[in-house]
Amino acid sequence: MKALLICEYREGKLLDSSYELLAFAGKLGADSAMVLIGDAVNVPRYGGTVYLADAAGYGEYNPDLHKQLVLAAVAQENPDYIVFQHSSYGWDLAPRVAAKLKVAQISEVIGINDDGFEVGCCNAKMRRTVKPAGAKAVLTVQAGAFSVQGEPQGTPNVEKLEIAGTGSVEFVGYEPAEAKGIDLGKAEVIVSAGRGVGKKDNVPVIAALAKALGGELGASRPVVDAGWVEHSHQVGTTGQTVSPKLYVACGISGAIQHLAGMKKSDFVVAINKDKDAPIGDVADVLIVADVMQFVPALTAKLQK
Amino acid sequence: MNILVCIKQVPDMESRFKANGEGVWYEETDLAFRMNEYDEYAVEQAVKLKEQLGDAPEVTVLSIGPDRVVEAIKKALAMGCDRALHVRDPAVHLKDPWQIASIISGYARDKGFDLIFTGMQSQDRGSAQVGVTVAEQLGYACVTTLVGFSYADGAITARRELEGGVKGVVRMKTPALLTCQLGLNVPRYPTLPNIMKAKKKEIVTVPVADLLKEEPLAATTGFYPPAKKGGGIVLEGDVADMADRLVGILKDKTAVLR
Repeated sequence: MKALLICEYREGKLLDSSYELLAFAGKLGADSAMVLIGDAVNVPRYGGTVYLADAAGYGEYNPDLHKQLVLAAVAQENPDYIVFQHSSYGWDLAPRVAAKLKVAQISEVIGINDDGFEVGCCNAKMRRTVKPAGAKAVLTVQAGAFSVQGEPQGTPNVEKLEIAGTGSVEFVGYEPAEAKGIDLGKAEVIVSAGRGVGKKDNVPVIAALAKALGGELGASRPVVDAGWVEHSHQVGTTGQTVSPKLYVACGISGAIQHLAGMKKSDFVVAINKDKDAPIGDVADVLIVADVMQFVPALTAKLQK
Repeated sequence: MNILVCIKQVPDMESRFKANGEGVWYEETDLAFRMNEYDEYAVEQAVKLKEQLGDAPEVTVLSIGPDRVVEAIKKALAMGCDRALHVRDPAVHLKDPWQIASIISGYARDKGFDLIFTGMQSQDRGSAQVGVTVAEQLGYACVTTLVGFSYADGAITARRELEGGVKGVVRMKTPALLTCQLGLNVPRYPTLPNIMKAKKKEIVTVPVADLLKEEPLAATTGFYPPAKKGGGIVLEGDVADMADRLVGILKDKTAVLR
């Protein structure tokens, strides 16, 4: 069995998460080859073939050209699986490649079982097993689902990829993240507000608990999108990745993108009315309660 | 300008889910359905563009599913879409993303849509494939994860959300398909007069068999809750008592409280 792993490159760097694709190939028991649209300086340590295209020529984000480059590597390698990360790059490109090949695409794979590929659904509350109808499939793999076992070794055999063509989407440039108000990456305690907090007026109650614990205020995406808390406080794949000693999730259901941002926390306390919320699966302590009743009571105890 | 918006009706994500009789999707009984959140951003963006261009564009909203999806269609009409297509399919949950996309592109192929808006994914299945696949099938330019949009003279400037708060800015010409992410805009609430007006708007219904010509490329073989990791302490009951116990646990197990 052969897997073609599509690595990611951004602003001159190979993304470390690309190595998770190797862990996934290992779990599949597949031989692998890589595709990288990047530069020759940043070729990963790896003992197999790397199909390399020059990002300076094809652009870091040019979906039409990147699709054709991946298809060129597919034609040479004839893999059973074409594997992307489930990222802004992967979910954009994977369906394009699958559609061209007219093969199944399975998104956000978190496990492999006898019946197929395990994926999350219903906001991470449930799982599905999905099986491709044909022999070939395009997969995207959830960040963190297949952990890297040590740095890969070796010097790859580099094969140049070249195609001719233009794309229909012109890349203008990157906009950096908003100037960060706070760096949650260094915080030892983070108390995060989720949608379960109910309204903006309730956020100070969560902030007061953060203060009582000597920590920082965090937030989940819906709270930031609603304008209750500034983006610099957001924890998750589109916010900050954190690793505090204590993480307190207040009214956060545990969408997979949020879990990906906070799963390196040493100790997790979740406060949620819903005993079955996915956050309960990563919590060391789950308090089944209304956030707005429990948090003030806890803050009062800590302030004594 | 001719605009298509594709929407899906999904259950409220706060619901409790259990497998249906076939064991491949959720049991619908007792679930409350609403418009997929990402699709609300798509509808809003289409209606905003219509307003920007002085009401000249026509916005068609399309949804596939059983009769209940007409409720989501009516909401989109009340938000400002002009007309609707309901592709009636009582077994939509058994279709794979390739087939769903084929139904949409089968309808859109000869209609000359300049722009197609979809949500970036559905909240229930979350495959994030249908929009992109429609674009591929139609040969449209496509941008996913839209968090910013502007249009002038047939050219679109779009911002797409990348990881860690970084955005990518791209330009393209119509025809194009854009998949909408949270934070793109603030979807409006339909006003009562607009709800009344929407009642007069046309909803055309076609059976799915008229549009679907493709076999599935993947099948769901199981639907189940995640395995409980266990090991975590679950506290329930009196709030003051739980606060006491939590303080004890934090003193015991973390270096945060002394």
